[in-house]
Amino acid sequence: MSSFVPIPSSSIGCKFFMGITGLLLIGFVLGHMTGNLLIFMGPEAINEYGEFLQTMGHGVLIWVARIGLVAIFTIHMALAFALRNKNNNARPVPYGADGTIQASWASRHMMLTGIVIFLFLVYHIAHFTVGAIDPDNHKEVIARDIHNKFDIYSMVVKGFQQPLVSGLYILAQLALGLHLSHGAGSWLQSLGLARGWVRKLILPLGYGIAGIIVVGNCSIPVSILLGWVK
Amino acid sequence: MKLTLKVWRQNNPSDSGRFVEYQANNVVPDMSFLEMLDVVNGDLMAQGQEPIAFDHDCREGICGSCSLVINGRAHGPTRGTTCQTYMRNFSDGQTLVIEPWRAKAFPVLRDLVCDRSAFDRITQAGGYISSNVGGAPDGNALPIPKVVADKAMDAAECIGCGACVAACKNASAMLFVSAKVSHLGLLPQGQPERTARVRKMVSQMDKEGFGACTNQYECEAACPKEISADFIARMNGDYLWASVTTEE
Amino acid sequence: MNLDSKIPEGPLEQKWDSFKSNMKLINPSNKRKYKILIVGTGLAGASAAASLAELGYQVETFCFQDSPRRAHSIAAQGGINAAKNYQNDGDSIWRLFYDTIKGGDFRSREANVYRLAQMSVKIIDHCVALGVPFAREYGGLLDNRSFGGAQVSRTFYCRGQTGQQLLLGAYSTMARQIAQGRIKSHPRTEMLDLVTIDGRARGIIVRDLQTGKIESHVGDAVVLATGGYGPVFFLSTNAVGCNVTATYRAHKRGALFANPCFTQIHPTCIPVTGDYQSKLTLMSESLRNDGRIWVPKNQGDKRSPDQIPEADRDYFLERKYPSFGNLAPRDISSRAAKEACDAGKGVGEGGRGVYLDFSDAIKRLGENVIRERYGNLFDMYHHITNENPYKVPMRIYPAVHYCMGGLWVDYTLMSNISGLFVLGEANFSDHGANRLGASALMQGLADGYFVAPYTITNYLASTKPGGVGTDHADFKRCENDVNENIKKILSIKGKRSPLSIHREMGKVVWNEVGMARTRQSLTKALQQIPAIREEFWKNVSVPGSGAEMNKGLEYALRVSDFLEFAELLAEDALAREESCGAHFREEYQTEDGEAKRNDQDFAFVSAWEYKGMGNKPVLHKEPLTYDNVHLAVRSYK
Repeated sequence: MSSFVPIPSSSIGCKFFMGITGLLLIGFVLGHMTGNLLIFMGPEAINEYGEFLQTMGHGVLIWVARIGLVAIFTIHMALAFALRNKNNNARPVPYGADGTIQASWASRHMMLTGIVIFLFLVYHIAHFTVGAIDPDNHKEVIARDIHNKFDIYSMVVKGFQQPLVSGLYILAQLALGLHLSHGAGSWLQSLGLARGWVRKLILPLGYGIAGIIVVGNCSIPVSILLGWVK
Repeated sequence: MKLTLKVWRQNNPSDSGRFVEYQANNVVPDMSFLEMLDVVNGDLMAQGQEPIAFDHDCREGICGSCSLVINGRAHGPTRGTTCQTYMRNFSDGQTLVIEPWRAKAFPVLRDLVCDRSAFDRITQAGGYISSNVGGAPDGNALPIPKVVADKAMDAAECIGCGACVAACKNASAMLFVSAKVSHLGLLPQGQPERTARVRKMVSQMDKEGFGACTNQYECEAACPKEISADFIARMNGDYLWASVTTEE
Repeated sequence: MNLDSKIPEGPLEQKWDSFKSNMKLINPSNKRKYKILIVGTGLAGASAAASLAELGYQVETFCFQDSPRRAHSIAAQGGINAAKNYQNDGDSIWRLFYDTIKGGDFRSREANVYRLAQMSVKIIDHCVALGVPFAREYGGLLDNRSFGGAQVSRTFYCRGQTGQQLLLGAYSTMARQIAQGRIKSHPRTEMLDLVTIDGRARGIIVRDLQTGKIESHVGDAVVLATGGYGPVFFLSTNAVGCNVTATYRAHKRGALFANPCFTQIHPTCIPVTGDYQSKLTLMSESLRNDGRIWVPKNQGDKRSPDQIPEADRDYFLERKYPSFGNLAPRDISSRAAKEACDAGKGVGEGGRGVYLDFSDAIKRLGENVIRERYGNLFDMYHHITNENPYKVPMRIYPAVHYCMGGLWVDYTLMSNISGLFVLGEANFSDHGANRLGASALMQGLADGYFVAPYTITNYLASTKPGGVGTDHADFKRCENDVNENIKKILSIKGKRSPLSIHREMGKVVWNEVGMARTRQSLTKALQQIPAIREEFWKNVSVPGSGAEMNKGLEYALRVSDFLEFAELLAEDALAREESCGAHFREEYQTEDGEAKRNDQDFAFVSAWEYKGMGNKPVLHKEPLTYDNVHLAVRSYK
């Protein structure tokens, strides 16, 4: 075990943890989306789900999850900056001409999309968790529905009925999609699994997960804007 | 054919370097890229000007000396080494930007010549099987399944030119290192040192200042010997396993 | 001069064992006091460096490439011979020995060649242990292919990259010794002079190609493993960096140069397409199994090949050698192609090429079969020439690709200068007048892994380590010579690039001292070469200074040595009044155009002594005696 410690100090170790944390975050994003899609089943379903999240383990587990998520996010971002630093140092003089052969735009701009996602995240938490963006709307949630549950449904619908907010969310989902189009497959390589047939999964997995997330998450603001969900 | 060349000129490692423009006239489509530079250099020398320095030797795509980035592409627009790039792949009147491999671990020595001794040091860190002359058993004493031998050969085909580093946006040497790690790690002869080898070579690779792999496979696309990036995954696996299992 | 080959007494089979039993040894703790300088890191140099370092000597290696791994051994494709008899087809050490000595047209030493055949077996074992990925059969055992000049399958191979893989094996084991501090490697460093003190080789003067610095290195023995001198012809299949400088400078310091005229021409190369060309590419001879070689019957027939009807084609090999046809031996096929082109029937730009036509084979076997057999070669040809050989006949022409000649060495691979060892292609020792396919790799590794460690130990055991430093007057004198020479070249500031002069010289050497030589052509060359040399020293332009990386200067220095060496080559060809192996003198041929060897008068090694610039070199003869084989006439009928 003594030699396990230096792993993160090596480039392969960094990428390994990047892959692991990325994979966990993908799990979170998929779970989060699945929960949110309950909105299509009506107010009761999603509000009940919210209640469940808030009260599981007597209200302790949600904090465990939140702290865990923050930790994972922090590691993922810290590693990204560390790698970024190392990689920039590795080529101090840039080329005079660009001759990229096949690397996708997304794979070459992971830092950019990553930062967009982070900024969105701050906004998202401020918007729906803390209620700092739209306090009036948020108060209604606190006010609770007829079953004495948080009225997440109303909060979301009212939130997304504002085109600007919806637009912001949709743009953020596109950034997330680009990020995942590379990241959601690439972990196979970083974890040392992408050999032979497994490697053929990288692209479909990346684009597949990215597609599911983008379509799934965007379906909510789009449906609300179009008036399908009221 | 006539071409405009924007060539990187740099007098020595501490010089900051610059692009200088040259006209290449009388270019014949059947010329190799290096022969085109020979002609430019011949003219320069006849005029008493210093020729453009570049590394080259076998000129048949196997020694790994030649190392030019042409219009941003390591070894030029076609698959294969710079010496196996022919002028027919360019069009009359085109402007070509010609640069050396660019990486901190490959400092430019002069013009288009860079120092790739980092690769030698990575090999010295563990890219071998420790077997002294005289002690070897009969060559057939250790049968090796054909699929294993073929795969080891796939990895061993690397010519160490460094195009993988040049093509990677992070100047990562993972393809080179993984090819050697896999070649030796696949063969039964290489098993005793397998875990130590991968750890030492990766550690040296990091020390040399190469970037990290970002899973884009530009290296694989630029490799003149078509070394597969599968070997990178194999090395990642080997390295991670080695890290948790070796006691040191 | 006494040319003592120092061949041990006793029966052929026991000579090497007898040498090993009688050799002097050095105590392990004393070995580290000796330093050995090795110039060249190809198969011979790298393997010698590794094995000597393993024994405990201090080793320093020098190569002009940026890494030891790039030496030209890397370009060998075909394979490496070994008398393993894994195929149960009757191979033996004796057969490999006999094939090699016969292939060399009986101009090599029995004892050396026999030792080579003995060592071949161990080479494979050691290379496997080092992880060389030889081709395997499905059962996991080593695979063999057959090769020219032998009736057994004894060639081990790694796809088309045997040289590369063997060199990487030697390079990796050398890397291990570097890591352990036993070898110090000096890449981008070129040897420019040999230093002898009291008749012993004690060091070298080198130029650091990166900084331009001239440095002295002192050692207890000097090993040259610097390969062949093919680019004396300018165009060859050798790497453009291959040069004669190290061996020629040693020659100028007293080492004898043996058989320089024995240079092998390979018949199936891609022809020259223009004046700018720098390099010729070899294609496997196996193509001649299915391709038919022809030229138009009429001089200057410029029609495209598909427009030329059968009646107007001359399948000259099939016509001249009906029993062997397109599979006539390398030298015969090469000369026949030259003859056809000399007669104005050559094809392609410049008229130096003949067709190698697969259309009949494609009709007979189908394109798929041909693709299966030669696909990669066809692709390579297509890539280089931009012509599709499935549709248009290939064009081929012979080119120089190996030098059998080299510095003279005795049985222990030591030259006539005590302490100067010469290994691999750089020596003359094993291939006589002609080398068989897949034997060059075998020789390089046999010399480096298995011969030099014993013979150098034996030599060092009779010397005291150290004793002189680079401040010795002889080092200073040589350093000064090197500096003066560089100064002189830089000060000419003429109008011609070294490349243009090299090309001009190469044309003369190729035309007059190439595939077919006559007294007249050789005399002509001996007049023309000095004139070109004079032009070089008057009109070469080498810009820049010596105190920096200067690729023009590196090249000019090599060309200046070729310009002297070319004369020696022609001189040797003129003196050898017979045809043997790769050396063909038109005056000495049978009525049907075959080489006529003269064993009565020329069964000797020509070893040339340098007598100063402009003076005729002096010929010394080492008689070749054959106690074990019968001198037969090579016959192709």
